[in-house]
Amino acid sequence: MQSLEGYRLLDFGTAVAGPQTGQLLADMGMEVIKIETRTKLDGLRLGRPTVGPEIAGTDESKWLDMQPVFHVLNRNKLSFTINLKQLGAMDVFARLIKISDVVSDNSSPGVMERLGLDQASLEKIKPDIITITLTGCGESGPMRDTLVYAPLIIALGGLESTLGYADDKSPMNLVPGYGDTNASIHAAFAVLAALWHREETGEGQHISLAESYAVTSLLGEATMDYLMNGNIPGLQGNNHPALCPHGNYPCQGNDKWVAIAVDTEADWKNFCTAIGVPEWLKDKRFADKATRLKHRTDLDKLIAAKTIKFDKYDITNVLQKVNVAATPVLNCEDQLADPHFLANKTFYEIQHPVIGKEIFYSNPARMSETPPAFRHHAPALGENNDHILTKLLGYSQQEVADLVKQQIIF
Amino acid sequence: MAKRPFHALKVIEYGEDISAPYCTRLLAGLGAEVIKVEKPGSGDIARNHGPFPKGQAHPEKSGLFLSLNANKMGITLNLEKKKGQDIFKKLIETADVLVENNAPGTMEAKGLGYNTLKEINPKLVMTAITPFGQKGPYKDYKAYNINCCGTGGMSVGVGDPKREPLTMPFSQGGYQAGGTAATAVMAALLARRKSGKGQYIDVSETEVWATTHTGQNVLNEGFKGISGTRKGIHGGKVYPCEIFPCKDGYVSLIAPQIEQWKRLVAVLGTPEWSKEPRYRDRKAIAEQYPDEVNAKIIPWMMEHTKEEIYKLCQDNRVPAVPVYDIAETVNHRQLKEMNYFVELNHSEAGKLKYAKGPCTFEKADWEWQKAAPLLGENNEQVLCERLGYTKTEMTALKKSGVI
Repeated sequence: MQSLEGYRLLDFGTAVAGPQTGQLLADMGMEVIKIETRTKLDGLRLGRPTVGPEIAGTDESKWLDMQPVFHVLNRNKLSFTINLKQLGAMDVFARLIKISDVVSDNSSPGVMERLGLDQASLEKIKPDIITITLTGCGESGPMRDTLVYAPLIIALGGLESTLGYADDKSPMNLVPGYGDTNASIHAAFAVLAALWHREETGEGQHISLAESYAVTSLLGEATMDYLMNGNIPGLQGNNHPALCPHGNYPCQGNDKWVAIAVDTEADWKNFCTAIGVPEWLKDKRFADKATRLKHRTDLDKLIAAKTIKFDKYDITNVLQKVNVAATPVLNCEDQLADPHFLANKTFYEIQHPVIGKEIFYSNPARMSETPPAFRHHAPALGENNDHILTKLLGYSQQEVADLVKQQIIF
Repeated sequence: MAKRPFHALKVIEYGEDISAPYCTRLLAGLGAEVIKVEKPGSGDIARNHGPFPKGQAHPEKSGLFLSLNANKMGITLNLEKKKGQDIFKKLIETADVLVENNAPGTMEAKGLGYNTLKEINPKLVMTAITPFGQKGPYKDYKAYNINCCGTGGMSVGVGDPKREPLTMPFSQGGYQAGGTAATAVMAALLARRKSGKGQYIDVSETEVWATTHTGQNVLNEGFKGISGTRKGIHGGKVYPCEIFPCKDGYVSLIAPQIEQWKRLVAVLGTPEWSKEPRYRDRKAIAEQYPDEVNAKIIPWMMEHTKEEIYKLCQDNRVPAVPVYDIAETVNHRQLKEMNYFVELNHSEAGKLKYAKGPCTFEKADWEWQKAAPLLGENNEQVLCERLGYTKTEMTALKKSGVI
C-alpha cells in the first residue's frame, strides 16, 4: 500500500514548482492527473531534448515525449489533454472535478479564475475541493504580477543578498532552482495538511503559496538579527557564527573539495593532529574559538594549503576517524558513483519507452510501511485520455470520439 | 475558536537545532500540540546559536531558537536516566507523532528505538532526521549543514567557478529536511486513517539536497556531462541569467524567451551592438562571453536604481527584480499587504515579529498563540496535569536531575 492511495489531484503545473509538487505526492501514491492541452503545453515538453541528436532524431513532433527533466518531474502521473477554452469542455471537466480532491497550479495570478477554475467556481461543482496556487509573489498586493523565475524568487525573498563571498561585493547567482524546489516541498506539505483538515472537518479550502516569501520564511535567523539589532546580514561566504574552521577546502584534482566544520576544542585538537599540523595548537591566533573566528581568513588559507595534498575521500576518512565533520563535496557525476548513494539507491535507472535509459532521483521520504515508489514513467501527451474518459468519467467510445472531433480533447 | 487542521494531533519532539524543530514548527503552527523535550541544563543547542539582542548570549533570547519553537510546550527530560526514559514512554503512549534528529542509534541506546516505542504505541509515526539517514556507509559521519549541502550536490552550484563552492546560507538544509519530513509525517498520518498503523520515517538531509533540489542534474548527466555547477554571477544555458550591479545595489535578471530578450534590448534603447550577429547567439554568449555582454549592459544599469530597473523591465514584461537585503524584504509593502508576520511577546526576549509560514490557508491558516517555551517551562503542566505526577514526585525528579 502507498500513503496517498485514493486521493486524486489535477495538476495544472508547468515547468518545475507545480509539477514537482505533483511528483512528490504521486510518488506517495496519489493519483495525479496532469492536465495538458496542445494549445498550451508545459514548457518542459518544448525545445530540443537534452538526449543528444542520435536519440532525438529530426522528427520534432516526437520531442514532446523525449524530455528527461519533464520525465522525472512527471513520473507516476497520468496525462489528460483537454482544451478548457473550447465550448463544452467545462462540462467534461466538471465530471472530473466531482471525483477529485485537489487542483494545483502555478499559473500567473488570475489565470485559473479566468478559466473558471478558482476555488469559488470549483466549490460550486465540488464543495470540499482543495485548490493550491503557487505564484512568485502572491495572488494580491502590489507585487502580484511580477514576472519571476527561480533565481528571481530568492532575490525578492532576501536570500540572494546573502549568497556570495564575504570578501566580494556582488552576490552570486544560484544555479539550482532553489526558489522552485523549496516551493514544491512546502506545497506538498500544505496539500496534505489541507487534506487532513478536510478529513477532520469536511471542509475544503484554497492554499496560496508565494514562492519568494516561502523562502523568506526560512530566514528566521537572519530576520531576527535585523529585528533585534538592526543588523542586515551581507554576503555570508562559508562563514558560520559559531563554527570555525568551517568551509569548503580544496583537494587534489580539478574542482575537488572537502567540507570541514569544527566545533569543540576537542574537535580542533583532533583536526590539527590528524592533518599533521600539531603546531597550530600552540599558535596564539588559534588558541580558542573566539580567536580562531577572528583569524579565520588566515586559518582558511593555511588549511587549504594542507587539504590540497589529499584526495577528498581520503581526507574525509582521516578526519571522520577522529570524529571531525569532514565530507566530500560532490557534483552529480560523483554522486552516481558514491558508495553511500549507491547503498541507499538514491538514484536508479528506469527504461523510458521512447528514449531508453534514464537516471531518476528517489523520493527522500523513506517510509517503512508505505514507501514512496516509482510505479510508471511520465505519460506521453494525452496517454491516459481514454482511460480517464471511459473508466473514470463513464463516457462511451462514441462520445470520446466526438470529444476528440470537437477538439475538446486536444 | 474555529477547528484547526491538526487540533487533535499530539506531537513529541526530541530534537534540536533546525531540522526536527522546523518539522514540528509546521505542525505546531497549524494547531498540533507539540511537546518539545530538551536536555536539562543546556537544552536545545539552538539556544546557544543566536543572534542575540545586542550580541549578548542568553539561552532564552536566541533568534534561531525563538523563530523555530513558537506554539510549543517545553519540558526537560534526562533520557540517560531510567526515570526519564519511563516518562518519555508515557508521553509516547498517547502521541501521534515523534520527531527526532539525533545521531543514528541514539534512541536505541536509550531503549527508545522505534521497535520499542511501537510496542507501546503501534499508531505512532516516528520520524528521524539525520545528516545521512539510517543506512549506508556515511550514516555515522559527523556532519553539519555545510557537509550535507556539499555531499548533497548543492554547494557545487553556488559561487564562482574559479573559487571554492559555497554552502547555502543560514543552514537551509535543516529547513529542507524538516519540510520533507513534515510532508512524510502527513502522508503517514493519512495512511494511518486507513491502516490504523503507524510507521517509521527516515529522512536524510543530504538525500533531500541530492534528490528534490539537485536530482534533475543527475538526469542530465546521463546524457550531457556534468550539469548544475556554479557560474558566478551568471546562470542558465541561455544569456542572460545575471546578477547586475546598478546605481544602488544589484538586480537579478533573466530572459530565457527570445521575446523577453528582444523586449530587454528595447528597454536598453536598442543599442548598436545588439544588432551584431555576435550578440544574437544567446547560447554562445552564455557559454563563452557573458562578461563581454554584461560590460555593454552595466553602464545602463549603473544609471538606474534597482526599483527603476524593476519597473522599466517588468512594465515591458522582462523578468528582472531587485536583490533585496533582509531589511528590504522584511519591510516590503507586499509582506505588509499579505499580513506575513505575526508579533509575539516572549517573557525574556520581548516583542518580535515571526513569519507565519511558507503559504496561507484560506480557512485553517497558521495561528501563532505563544512564543517559544522557556527551558522546562511546561514541566509541571505536562508531568502533573497530563501524566499524573504529584508535586512531591516532581521535586524528587528535579533533585535527581531527571527534569
